[in-house]
Amino acid sequence: MRSSKYRAVWQRFCRHRMALVCLIILTALILLALLAPLIAPYAPQKPTGQFYQPPSAEHILGTDKIGRDMFSRVLYAMRVSLLVGFLATTVSTAVGVLLGLISGYFGGAADKIIMSFTDMVMSFPYILLVLVAAAIFQPGMWSIILILGFVDWPGVARLVRGNVLSLRETNFIKSDITAGMPRRYILFSEILPNTIAPVLVYATSVFAISIPDEAALSFLGMGVQPPTPSLGNLLNGAESLSILTGKPWMWVPAGAAIVLLVVCINFVGDALRDAFDPRNS
Amino acid sequence: MWKYILKKLLLAIPVLLGITVIDYAIMSLAGSPLDMLVGPRVSQGTLAARAAQWGLDQPVWMQYLHWLGEVLRGNLGYSYKSYQPVSEMIGSHIGPTLLLMGVSMVLGMLIAVPAGIYSAVHRYQKRDYAVVSASFLFSSVPGFFLSLILIYFFTVRLGWLPSGGMVTAGVGGGAADVIRHMIMPALVLAVGVAGGNIRYIRSAVLEILEMDYLRTAAAKGIGRRLVIRRHAVRNALLPIVTVTGMQIPVLFGGAVIVEQLFSWPGLGLITMNAVLGRDYPVIMGVCLLSAVVVLASNLLTDIVYALVDPTIKY
Repeated sequence: MRSSKYRAVWQRFCRHRMALVCLIILTALILLALLAPLIAPYAPQKPTGQFYQPPSAEHILGTDKIGRDMFSRVLYAMRVSLLVGFLATTVSTAVGVLLGLISGYFGGAADKIIMSFTDMVMSFPYILLVLVAAAIFQPGMWSIILILGFVDWPGVARLVRGNVLSLRETNFIKSDITAGMPRRYILFSEILPNTIAPVLVYATSVFAISIPDEAALSFLGMGVQPPTPSLGNLLNGAESLSILTGKPWMWVPAGAAIVLLVVCINFVGDALRDAFDPRNS
Repeated sequence: MWKYILKKLLLAIPVLLGITVIDYAIMSLAGSPLDMLVGPRVSQGTLAARAAQWGLDQPVWMQYLHWLGEVLRGNLGYSYKSYQPVSEMIGSHIGPTLLLMGVSMVLGMLIAVPAGIYSAVHRYQKRDYAVVSASFLFSSVPGFFLSLILIYFFTVRLGWLPSGGMVTAGVGGGAADVIRHMIMPALVLAVGVAGGNIRYIRSAVLEILEMDYLRTAAAKGIGRRLVIRRHAVRNALLPIVTVTGMQIPVLFGGAVIVEQLFSWPGLGLITMNAVLGRDYPVIMGVCLLSAVVVLASNLLTDIVYALVDPTIKY
């Protein structure tokens, strides 16, 4: 029963040929990032050549201002950026699911407070919140993860709350309540599994937002700090005119990697949405 | 109708207060502005005097209430850095930001609405896929990367457009000069707006195309073009109004980074400087303003929605 459901979802997913291609590219990029220590020809932090060398046989993407290999740095940067995106998404999804569950299931005052808080966070210019938050903490990878995680949750909370509200009206939950099942069981073993698919689909879009957000913050110098490479701070150098004009290998690959990652995640997420919920296609 | 607007306004007040409380709390966590003063040439006495002058020796909630009292009297305070009144700083920078936001919004919607409708009408055809893919690409390119690419081509390679500022220094002025400076930043923001909205408008139009009244309209034999123009697009206005309203906070945020990159003399620029320098009064002023803008745009969306949709009762 369950496996046939997932097979149907997979079949519908495969109908989106673009998404399938993107899934393959995405898997390849993730593998490249994960296996960076094996693939990267040089250590990302070690100068291994001349300064500002254009791409050559030894350094396929050239070298940076102190002679570090750009290809290795881009690989490691992808690792950092994907990790930040993934963890930020996990944090925000967890917060959103928890608040949404409480809000939807218990209703009343808890619901009112949580939802008005959600509205406040939502009606706030996003980047302003992130900037102010980034100014608070010491900039660095872990603070970026927490900041993005605690800013991105309102959408998830709303989605989960809506789902819980409609699930509460179904007969199987009503019968659970009548049978006097423990609340924990109803919330986590009955309601949560039934709302997981839309949450996962939504999480892909949060993932797709947090990667460019991390990049933007690191680009502004408020995110992941050098020498640790991230896709954003690799682009940082391009603000200087001589690099922008004369040394495209310093910034084009990192930017292209961001675009490729985000486009692919978006395509896959969209196809997933379609596959899980064929009515809305 | 007036009653409806009044009710919405009253509901917005606690939200606004809540936002300022959160802002103030986050900002106070950020650390004291006095830290920025500390140095070998600053004595403890000076620091204490500054703290007393700025009211930083009081507990945070007292500071907040003091700030709120002053705001209600129409005083946003003075910048810790430049000693200018905050209202004056905002007043002199808001014009360029509104101009940039307005132009980008119009430009973005001018791309998104026709593209979305076109895509919906040609559903599941190659053209539809092309438009949808383009919209994914648009919304996936980070604004700062697109800015770099545009600067590379239009400023460095072609030398057509200036890469920063709002007017040419020295020569300065004239609408044509401002437009030349605005093309790139506005384009970057507009691409973001268009990318997010094309798919939204497409699915809104698709939903309407399946309605019975459209079948009726088509059955009358008035021709496909008229059916879409007169019946479908008009009904698609509703969701379009909603997304337009939702764009405002997004644009406001996006403007911060784009303004920074193109040194556009707007609110984004003073916000960045204020955040970096922990200039409390300026941060609070900008946050308050942005909260007001967001809530006002939500209200405006509701009103326009009510005007466009005759079935909504207030």
